[in-house]
Amino acid sequence: MSFATYVPGTTLVHRLPAGLKLTLLAATGIALAVLDRWWEPVVLLGVVLACYLAARSPVRTVLAQLRPLLWVLAAIGAFHAVTSGWQEVVDVVVTLITLVLAAGLVSLTTSMTELTDVLLWLLHPLHRFGVAPDRTALLISLSVRSVPVIAALAQEVRDAQRARGLASSPRAFAVPLLVRSLRHAEALGDALVARGLDD
Amino acid sequence: MPLIDVICVSHSYPSGNGRRPVLSDVSVALSEQRIGIIGANGSGKSTFARLLNGLVLPDSGQVQVDGHDTRHDGRAVRRLVGFCFTDPDAQIVMPTVREDVGFGLRRRGLAPVEIAARVDRALARFGLADCADHPSHLLSGGQKQLLALAAVLVTEPALLIMDEPTTLLDLRNAEVVGRIVADLPQQVILLTHHLNLLDGFDRVLVFDEGRLACDDVPALASEHYRQLVR
Repeated sequence: MSFATYVPGTTLVHRLPAGLKLTLLAATGIALAVLDRWWEPVVLLGVVLACYLAARSPVRTVLAQLRPLLWVLAAIGAFHAVTSGWQEVVDVVVTLITLVLAAGLVSLTTSMTELTDVLLWLLHPLHRFGVAPDRTALLISLSVRSVPVIAALAQEVRDAQRARGLASSPRAFAVPLLVRSLRHAEALGDALVARGLDD
Repeated sequence: MPLIDVICVSHSYPSGNGRRPVLSDVSVALSEQRIGIIGANGSGKSTFARLLNGLVLPDSGQVQVDGHDTRHDGRAVRRLVGFCFTDPDAQIVMPTVREDVGFGLRRRGLAPVEIAARVDRALARFGLADCADHPSHLLSGGQKQLLALAAVLVTEPALLIMDEPTTLLDLRNAEVVGRIVADLPQQVILLTHHLNLLDGFDRVLVFDEGRLACDDVPALASEHYRQLVR
């Protein structure tokens, strides 16, 4: 799986309020954008890795966060190596790694319920402008929940495609995936109503 | 026990330029503890089940649950009626098992301590305590169906409707679900193709081409169904 999924725990990092974690994540992003000496992102990366240690996350979890980015990081690093020199390479590449790992740490140590509670609080002032905070927070939860469902549907369609000898047909992949996704969305809508969405 | 009153209900779905009738003039009152519904695919039984909690509103006629009209008081009806779908993946809405079981309770505005206690009890009851914090999409098919059941029953509905809950399960998990259903204190309406699950039920309705073709004890209703599909 290429995205961080909540892993329950009782460490200090897990127990920190979700709002504080999101604030620290935003502060990290701002700091990385503002700081301009090459070694400063390295220090922040050290802090983030220390937090992974404190959260007792295994090394393979850290690597799993970075694996999807490897080619991007290599390309960006190579570009800056040619155009700007090694200090710029360290600055840019480490900045990206730090941001991804920091965001991953929040996802790994914070449940969706805690995150949606923060989101509800953040969105509450928009209530007067017609935004429904609870629906918006639910929408985000459902988006996260739907990623593995759509991935499984895509795998089923791909398998069916191979079984029928249509391995190279994008249309034979896209159409059934779209139909199945829409069916899933309809069933999910029914389930939400049945489970008290309108309470 | 909530009394379900279905009065002269007809319903149809859009089809091409017209509408395809799925239920025609169905009237029935249901107050028994265990009620089974059987019928061929497309016979109208799933639409009938969805009428009972207001997911589908009838084109004509009226459905009342414990005196609440599904058309005008759907929210009150859905608090009384829990609904378990065939495919648990469509019913699981939160990323982890614990969060999904707590979803319905959070929507009702219960205190976090009360929610946590009720969720823990439900997880223990359905044998899901060990995977409480697991991602829900990584559960097995049987565990997903148990999660779907736990998530519905944690809200303590007076009536549980189950739309073919064992269709996607293997024999072992189907038997587990069957045993859980048999022990529930709630009124249960079970739609199924597994006729053995209806042993001991009080009443079984057989649907055929949108009409209530038979309303009898399980043995006679099952026999009627077998004759219909021959």
